[in-house]
Amino acid sequence: MNVRDLLKLEDLKVAVEGDMDQEVTGGYMGDLLSVVMGNAEEGEAWITIQSHVNIIAVASLRGVPVIIIAHGFEPDEDTIETAKDEEITIMTTELPPFQIAKKLITEFGL
Amino acid sequence: MTFNYVVDPEAPERAGRASTRFKGVLKELGVSPKVIRAISIAMYEGEINMVIHAKGGTIRCDVDPDKITVVMADVGPGIPDIEQAMKAGWSTASPEARELGFGAGMGLPNMKKWSDKLLVETELGVGTTLTMEFNLT
Ligand SMILES: Nc1ncnc2c1ncn2[C@@H]1O[C@H](COP(=O)(O)OP(=O)(O)O)[C@@H](O)[C@H]1O
Ligand SMILES: [Mg+2]
Repeated sequence: MNVRDLLKLEDLKVAVEGDMDQEVTGGYMGDLLSVVMGNAEEGEAWITIQSHVNIIAVASLRGVPVIIIAHGFEPDEDTIETAKDEEITIMTTELPPFQIAKKLITEFGL
Repeated sequence: MTFNYVVDPEAPERAGRASTRFKGVLKELGVSPKVIRAISIAMYEGEINMVIHAKGGTIRCDVDPDKITVVMADVGPGIPDIEQAMKAGWSTASPEARELGFGAGMGLPNMKKWSDKLLVETELGVGTTLTMEFNLT
């Protein structure tokens, strides 16, 4: 599946449309940047409640194609601009991290 | 080949640009994804530290046929107890930095784990210089 396929879930809204043809191979959940940096795998959709611009550096360095900002948090202006430059997709959801993770697992078998 | 970067003393949110740029260089040079991953993780951690614990500094990356060397030199308070700083989970990061998701105390342990060689030189009140080597063979 690719990033675009995630939009089958109505709970997800696109905040930045990056390269949505990139493959999604799994998911990772975390808000501590060092932990995500050291453990997320390339191709994983990253669920977090962090919304500041450094999440783009982490995603870009780790090869994370899409960041899902959960719990109703919205990306900062800086985050949006940098994501566009780096072609990283940002989606948002009102759902808490656990609930959106559950949906990704049940809908897509991630 | 040598690549130099300046790390500005700025908001920690913005740190990581040097690592991102050097990753692009490594990709173009055709360095293996495994080595790129290791350098990305280790250099990012070092760059964040230069901003959240010091007042920025400079990074010099040397690409040789057999290894890549990354030297990160900051202007900052120095590290009083390196052994303690190397411990997983040890952090003196401010509450503001922690709120942003920094300060997990995994930076130096990650740098040690992902590099083939790590040297920490530090002088209190002057600054810290980290040298990391990554083998290409
Ligand atoms: N460049 C530096 N200058 C001064 N102190 C540092 C530097 N890098 C690390 N430290 C000290 O070592 C501790 C551990 O660093 P690290 O493992 O990266 O964890 P964290 O950055 O999450 O606190 C820091 O909290 C800080 O006290
Ligand atoms: Mg650190």
